[in-house]
Amino acid sequence: MPLCVESPSPPERGRGQVRGRRFFRAQIGSPSYNRRMTNYLNDVEELAAQVPDGALLALPPEYSFVPMALVRAIIRRGVKDLHILTVPINGLAADMLIGAGCVKTVECAAVSLGEAGPASRFGAAVESGSVKIIDSTCPAIHTALQATEKGVPFMPLGGIIGSDILRYRDDWKVVDDPMGEGHGRIVLIPAISPDVAIIHSPLADRDGNVWIGRRRELATIAHAAKTLLVTVEKIQDESLLASEATAAATLPGFYVTALAQAEMGAKPLGLVEHYAPDHDEIAAYARESRTEEGFNAYLQRTVFGAQEAAE
Amino acid sequence: MSYSRDEFLITTIARLLETDDVRHVAVGAASPIPGAAALLARKVRGGMPRVSLIHGKATNPFCDGGREIFDAAGQGRIDVFFLGGVQIDGQANLNLVGTGEYPTVDKRFSGSFGSAFMYFTVPKVILFRPEHSRRVFVPKVDFISAPGVSDPDVHRPGGPKFLVTELCVMSFDRDRGRFKLESVTPGRTVEEVLDNTGFEIDVPETVAETPAPEEERLALLRSSVGVEVADTYPAFAKDVLGVEVAA
Repeated sequence: MPLCVESPSPPERGRGQVRGRRFFRAQIGSPSYNRRMTNYLNDVEELAAQVPDGALLALPPEYSFVPMALVRAIIRRGVKDLHILTVPINGLAADMLIGAGCVKTVECAAVSLGEAGPASRFGAAVESGSVKIIDSTCPAIHTALQATEKGVPFMPLGGIIGSDILRYRDDWKVVDDPMGEGHGRIVLIPAISPDVAIIHSPLADRDGNVWIGRRRELATIAHAAKTLLVTVEKIQDESLLASEATAAATLPGFYVTALAQAEMGAKPLGLVEHYAPDHDEIAAYARESRTEEGFNAYLQRTVFGAQEAAE
Repeated sequence: MSYSRDEFLITTIARLLETDDVRHVAVGAASPIPGAAALLARKVRGGMPRVSLIHGKATNPFCDGGREIFDAAGQGRIDVFFLGGVQIDGQANLNLVGTGEYPTVDKRFSGSFGSAFMYFTVPKVILFRPEHSRRVFVPKVDFISAPGVSDPDVHRPGGPKFLVTELCVMSFDRDRGRFKLESVTPGRTVEEVLDNTGFEIDVPETVAETPAPEEERLALLRSSVGVEVADTYPAFAKDVLGVEVAA
C-alpha cells in the first residue's frame, strides 16, 4: 500500500521568472518543498502521476541509471509540455518522450543513441521546429545544477566564449573578471532547479536512502531538484548508512520524494553490474524510430502494449 | 605486414602521444580509435601517459560524476583530448550541432557535448575526423560549437594542435589561426588533400609521407593492447583488431 499519494500540483513560480530557474532558494525552501519521509509507492504508474504537465524534468545520462520503466509510464500518462534537461546528455528516454509528444522544450548538451546512431525523433522535432531547442554544453549543465546545490543564483564557467551556443543563450551573461585578477571575460551560468528529476538505482533501503555508486551526477541532480522520483531494482531492510562502504555511495533519503520498485527498470539500457544494455533492442529502436510511423508502432508495442499485458 | 585503415589511424594518432608533454590522455564516449591509440602509446612508452576512457570500468578513473572530467581539465590535469565535428573550418571552428540555419537546421546532429569547454582547457586537442571531404572541411561552419581561436582577453590555455584524417595529418598554428599540412597518407597525394579541403592551408615545399604502422606496434595492437581495448570497446577489438575476450 502506498503511504501517501499526492495529486500533482504545478510547481511554484518565482515572480515572473522562468519556471525552475530563478528564486530557486525560495522554491526549494518553501513550504511546498517535501520535507516529509520518502513516499513508498506501488509502481511506476503512481510515480508517473507525480509529473505535472509543463514541468522542468531532469534526465540522467544514458550510461547512468536511467529509469526507462518510469519514462514509459510518463508516456502512457500522456504528460504534456515538458521542458526536459539532459544531465548533460541523454538518448533513448529523451528521444521517446519527444517522439511521444510529451516535450515542448529540449535543453541539452547532446541527444544521441551513441553507437546505435542518431536520435531520430529528436532530430526530426528540432528540424521541424515542433520542439524548442536550447543548446548547452556538458559542464554548463553541471555548473547550473551545482549553483542550485550551493544556493547561489549563478556560477562562472570557463571556455564557451566565441561559440554560437553562447550567442543563442540570452540567459547566460558574460562579465569581465570581477576580481580584477586578469582572467579576462568569463561566462555566468544561471542556476537551474529542476521541478522533477527521475533516476533508477539497483538498491534502496526502508528509509528512502538510495545507492548511486560512483554516479555522483545523480547526487547533483537530486540536490538541485524540487522533487526526486526514484525507481529501484530492490528494497532491502538493512540501512545503507549502516556501513561506511555503502554510505559513501548513498544518496540520503531526505532528497527522495517518492520511490517505487521496478525490476529491470533501466531496460533496454544497462545497469552497471546488474545487466548489460540490450544492444539488439536499442538497435531495433534506432531503426524503427527513423520514421514517425515506425516510432508509433514501436511505442504501441513496447509502451502501450506493455501496459495492456500488465493489466 | 598488411593493415587496415583503422589500424593506420590508430598508429598515426599514437605517434602524436609519444612526447613528454603528454602525461594524461582522456577519451570521450564512443571513440575506439583514439582510445586504442592512447592505450598503444602507453604500452610503447612503458606506462605513460595515464589513459582515462570515460565509458570504461577499470579504465575509467572518474568517481565524482559527470562533472569530474571537466573539472580536471579546468585544473590542467588533462593534457590531450579528442574532438571531431560535422563540419570543421580553416580556423578550426567545430560544428557538432547541425547544417543549415540555426535553430531549425536542415540536418540536426546530436549536439556540442563538452567541446565548448574542453577546447579551451586541454592544451593539446587532437581533431579526429576520418572522412576528408569538402562536406566536412568547409570554408565556414554553419554553427560554432567551439571556436578554434579566441581573443586575447579570453583565458584559454587549451586548443587545437593536430588534425588527423584518412588523407593526412595537419598541425594548427593558434597564433595565425591556420592549418599546415604535415604529412600525407601513403598512396594519397597533396593534390587530393587540397581538392577535398574547402579552406586554405599552408603547404610546405616538401611534404612527408605519414609512416605506415610499425610491425611491432601492429603486433601489440593485435595482442596485449587489443585486450585492453576490448575492456571498453569489445565489438571494435573483435572486428578491427581480431581480439576476442571471453565475457
